[in-house]
Amino acid sequence: MDLLEYQGKQLFAAHGVPVPEGRQADTVPAAVEAAEELGYPCVIKAQVRIGKRGKAGGIKIANDREEAVKHDEAIIGMDIRGFKVHEVWVEQASRIDAEYYASLILDRSEKKLLAILSRMGGMDVEEVAETDPGALIQRHIEPDDEFTADVVRQMAIDARIDEDVTDGVAELLVKLHAVALAEDATLIEVNPMIVTSDRAVVALDSKVTIDNNAMFRHAELADLRDLSAEDPQERMAKEKGLTYVKLGGNIGILGNGAGLCMSTLDVVAQAGGKPANFLDAGGGSKADAIVDALEVITSDENVNAILFNIFGGITRCDEIAKGIIEASRRTDIGVPMVVRLDGTNSEEGLGLLADADLPDLHVEKTMLGGAERVVEISRN
Amino acid sequence: MSIIVDTDTKLVISGLTGREGSFHGLRNRAYGTDVVAGVTPGKGGQDVEGIPIYDEIAQAVAERGANTSMIFVPARFAAAAIDEAIDAGVHTVIAITEGIPVLDMLRVYWKAKEAGVRLIGPNCPGVLSPEKSNVGIIPAQFFDPGSIGVVSKSGTLTYQIGNELKQAGMGNSSIVGIGGDPIVGSDFIDVLALFEADDETELIVMVGEIGGDAEERAADFIAEQVSKPVVAYIAGFTAPPGKQMGHAGAIISGSSGTAEAKKEALEARGVRVGRSPTETAQLAVEAIGTRA
Repeated sequence: MDLLEYQGKQLFAAHGVPVPEGRQADTVPAAVEAAEELGYPCVIKAQVRIGKRGKAGGIKIANDREEAVKHDEAIIGMDIRGFKVHEVWVEQASRIDAEYYASLILDRSEKKLLAILSRMGGMDVEEVAETDPGALIQRHIEPDDEFTADVVRQMAIDARIDEDVTDGVAELLVKLHAVALAEDATLIEVNPMIVTSDRAVVALDSKVTIDNNAMFRHAELADLRDLSAEDPQERMAKEKGLTYVKLGGNIGILGNGAGLCMSTLDVVAQAGGKPANFLDAGGGSKADAIVDALEVITSDENVNAILFNIFGGITRCDEIAKGIIEASRRTDIGVPMVVRLDGTNSEEGLGLLADADLPDLHVEKTMLGGAERVVEISRN
Repeated sequence: MSIIVDTDTKLVISGLTGREGSFHGLRNRAYGTDVVAGVTPGKGGQDVEGIPIYDEIAQAVAERGANTSMIFVPARFAAAAIDEAIDAGVHTVIAITEGIPVLDMLRVYWKAKEAGVRLIGPNCPGVLSPEKSNVGIIPAQFFDPGSIGVVSKSGTLTYQIGNELKQAGMGNSSIVGIGGDPIVGSDFIDVLALFEADDETELIVMVGEIGGDAEERAADFIAEQVSKPVVAYIAGFTAPPGKQMGHAGAIISGSSGTAEAKKEALEARGVRVGRSPTETAQLAVEAIGTRA
């Protein structure tokens, strides 16, 4: 789960990482009141999970109440590259002497956390990696080693961080590491990490990803929501405990197992179709799960045909067939379905479907046949 | 020969008394796997259809000679169960459990490495060596004994390809699910090395998906150290960046981890990559044919 900037900063603050004081608001009056409390100048920042908010007009400085009103009205409700701004973070403006970069990421190849420090902050780090890779000082955190201020101080020296703030930078990075371990973060990025005019080191931005698998031990994070990123189908699927990703096309997809489901999207695209979604009904799917899945898929108005691609291993194809029949009985699905059932109990499943004689249901024997058929039907 | 599990495997199952654990554990035994014990703290002395239950894995090792552990306990307890298996002295741990926190896996990965224990998974369907041993949830009916080794991040996709191979009259030496998590105990290269050394394996099918760079590293490894033909399949060409596609590890980060990049890396090293599971099975059949 990716946190919004302010959610990440609140997490930082709870672990003693210095951040500017600020307030969250989701209406113009509340945002103006926050500005009044914090004093001017203050910064009003759109809270959406997408970069380059400043360029899009989502970050503004207010020097008085009048400007705060003007900026809050402009930012709350604006659209930043497809993300609607539902809330802002209002914070005290900082006087900036220098902008650095710090991050901790999970390095999947090396199977270690990787710390990165650079004096090139406040810009696109991927660009720095291309144009000036030497400016990014990287150090893996060894499994048995402690990540101490001494280690980071050496990184700061290598990164040519201003000498008077190496201690401050080291302390901040050590604390970020503690945040990662305590909160199960797989990515923490601070860009920029600033040096203020009175030479304090402060996290001016935050990008934090929390491991979804660890949510059971972070109830307070599991409750955080990001209205800007929520899609109605994705919300519905989450409530029903289904793994669903919206893709924007017109062919609804239901597969069992993440790999087979991804592969189904690919073969539908190869056949010239546009998948509407990824939906993994999971191993051992029962009829109820199929009813729920169909409800989520058909609630997307763009969907005009559905492909079921099931290879039953643990999943029994007769259960899948029962789910399709049950869902058709409960509601009018309203769009044609192509069904491919193979593997465990496929003959029983196909028999049940044949007996039910559902309208607009087409059976195909193979995965590729199913993909071609659904693409053809979706064009009619 | 076969790899990782065979007729010498003596299996202890953590979580055998649970609903899923007993269902699959008993299926494994019915297949012929030597299931010597189950472990559930507090239930020592009981049995599941004749399989003795112990409180600790170490007891199963000492009293029943268990050498391989399967982990079937809920995610929040799974890392501790893997720790226990490593400490108990088994040589192989196969973790089926999905949803283990990644920082727990980082710690467990290095612990297994230092102890010299082979860890497969987590979030994987297990390992099947047809007609010898089945440890995990792979439905054995789709696989016959033969000379094709399969290594895969995905369960159902493996069954799909395995079934097509079977229909073409081909069988398998071993089928290894390495799992779809960001950190897994054994990567493609670890399993490729085992297949390369296995007499029975003539060809290797590798099934990858978006996320990470295990496929790219495998491509380099194949070029340098694998003499047997390798055929590959990659899932996720239509996956959008930044979205987790079911598996915790199946996510494109920025511009890295795409299916296209993996396909290119493999093809650049001479590995043929199928466009669909069906085409991949056909490529495998062709490659075996030209070799024979």
